[in-house]
Amino acid sequence: MRLIAHIGEWFDRRLQLAAPIREVAQHPVPKNTASWWYVFGSAALVVFLLQIITGIMLALIYVPSANEAWNSLQSLNHDVTLGWFIRALHGWGSNFMVAIVLIHMMQVFLFGAYKFPRELTWVVGVFLLLMTLGMAFTGQVLRFDQDAYWGLGIGASIASRVPVLGPAIVKLMLGGPIIAGATLSRFFALHVFVIPGILIAFVALHLLMVLKLGINEWPMPGRLAKKATYEHEYRELTLMDGAPFVPYAVWKDLFFAAFIVLAIAACAAYFGPFGPTGQPDPTIIQTAPRPDYFFLWLYAVLSLLPPSMETPALLIGPVIVIGALLLLPFLSGEGEKSWRRRPIAVLTILLLAVTLTTFTHLAGYAPWSPQMNAWSSEPIPARFLQHRTALERQGALVFQAKQCHNCHGLEGKGGQRGPELDSVAVRLTPDQLIRQVIQGGGNMPAYGKNLRPAETTALVAFLQTLHPAGQAPARDASRAVALGGSGENSSVASPTSHP
Amino acid sequence: MSTDKTLSRRGLFMKMGMLFNGLVVTVLAVPILRFLLSSVTRGRANRYLSWVSLGTVSQFPEGETRLATFRNPYVTPTDGNTADTACWVRRIGGEQFQVFAINCAHLGCPVRWFPQSGLFLCPCHGGAYYQDGSRASGPPERGLFEYPYKIQDGLVSIQAGELPTPGASAALLGKKPPCA
Repeated sequence: MRLIAHIGEWFDRRLQLAAPIREVAQHPVPKNTASWWYVFGSAALVVFLLQIITGIMLALIYVPSANEAWNSLQSLNHDVTLGWFIRALHGWGSNFMVAIVLIHMMQVFLFGAYKFPRELTWVVGVFLLLMTLGMAFTGQVLRFDQDAYWGLGIGASIASRVPVLGPAIVKLMLGGPIIAGATLSRFFALHVFVIPGILIAFVALHLLMVLKLGINEWPMPGRLAKKATYEHEYRELTLMDGAPFVPYAVWKDLFFAAFIVLAIAACAAYFGPFGPTGQPDPTIIQTAPRPDYFFLWLYAVLSLLPPSMETPALLIGPVIVIGALLLLPFLSGEGEKSWRRRPIAVLTILLLAVTLTTFTHLAGYAPWSPQMNAWSSEPIPARFLQHRTALERQGALVFQAKQCHNCHGLEGKGGQRGPELDSVAVRLTPDQLIRQVIQGGGNMPAYGKNLRPAETTALVAFLQTLHPAGQAPARDASRAVALGGSGENSSVASPTSHP
Repeated sequence: MSTDKTLSRRGLFMKMGMLFNGLVVTVLAVPILRFLLSSVTRGRANRYLSWVSLGTVSQFPEGETRLATFRNPYVTPTDGNTADTACWVRRIGGEQFQVFAINCAHLGCPVRWFPQSGLFLCPCHGGAYYQDGSRASGPPERGLFEYPYKIQDGLVSIQAGELPTPGASAALLGKKPPCA
């Protein structure tokens, strides 16, 4: 023991770090901040360290070349001992990192921790969030598979919409005219050198400010933060009701961080690594690219925005969101901190959570995408074919052969791009059905050029049979009048439907 | 020498040293920026584009739309499969063609051709196009991108070399899109 102490003294005489470290560890924090609510920042830091370690390990094997990357991932998954586990740790670590950073940010927002004098800590935190998302996207690109390839195409298509500079930005981003070797190399440089470098520097700044300014006190409803008096009050608070950070508060951080790392390891061991999916070969077009989960909401937004809104929303939206985040501490730098007296803050968080969850959930089954194989893989349920005439069954064949099933479901099977057709005959009269099929409209393509008159007749005859047993199909009341009561379905014509 | 008391000999040297460093940085910035922007400057005046052959005219039956692939004319040694590109070739009749980019005009996903319904469908966000490439429905704001083509010695060639993207398309593909 004495020898160790001796060696320690020898080093500290030269490094002189023991005293400042002890000072940092023992700095007093308000007692009630030793809470389970205050553990997310340190957990994010620990996951970041895990990402650095696993990232370096992956770099021992990974080859950042468009020609080799996919193969080197396969070799990591299948040949290298526990390569799959390190990949899984890194992938799950990235998912946890994004989630924890968002939870940390939400807690800071609800506890008013961004207010004076911690505005800059918040601003640096916003950049840390952006860089975390940047790491997530560039990391997805390094998993150089079909999703990565087409994801880059989506990124390039978005970037190209910037007025005037768009084409130049695309070439800068891709490192050439197409998504290819140079693209992967530059995303490797971004993911491994540029963003982590900035990230480490900003994490250091962020931590320095937490130490210098002190951790935000537990917000008490009614205790207003004022620039003139806050620092004095905070000092009083830590003197009167403070406790040394180590060990008074740190044990919760330690427990939570260990729990999170364990959870990442459990997910990694149980679920395994992410992909890679198919090879990044642009001539293989039988693919339906999907982003990783943290960008699923964006995938949904891009599908649901009206076309004319899309470019403005893509270009102006991020500026507004990031601008609002950066301006927040300057617009409300003083005043109430407690969420109990800040209903709008709570509602904002709830609204954002509900919105993002809804979009993410929608993106999970993508009702806006045609189901490309439904026409050949989803048969028409038998009950729609029983007791039907030859013409109606011919119509059912047309329904399958013309890929109607890719966008329209029957009994919940098939695409969800268009309305389900189980009871379409109740909604549309035969004439309306013909018009809709031939002319399209309301987001449906026109099939006039691709259906012979006989096919249209058969198809509409089939569609007319699609109504619940007890419900009559729709009919054109005026027609019954024009044809002198002998029109179709005239027996059920009622006088109340006359204009 | 100035008579200003605040400027000492050492102070002047320090300022000159800073100025010297500033000069060096400025001089070095020129090659660094040119290197960083090389992928942009290299492509000026459509220098990435050139004519590539898709095969003989007889490979494409009249009235049908077929998938064709070509190697991008601008490649680097590490590109591997990524330099292989697909496109849809529609032979309207005789020597009249339309060659569509595989990339959806919305956000670039690969569109698939369904001859039975005469539609191109996009798997990502549900864009749909008619057989002539014009927009049928969904989020795209325009029709499919078309490559300029020519027929020479019985070969169909297209002018290609850049990833077609919605913002760049007008300048890139030289031709007005067949917007609906």
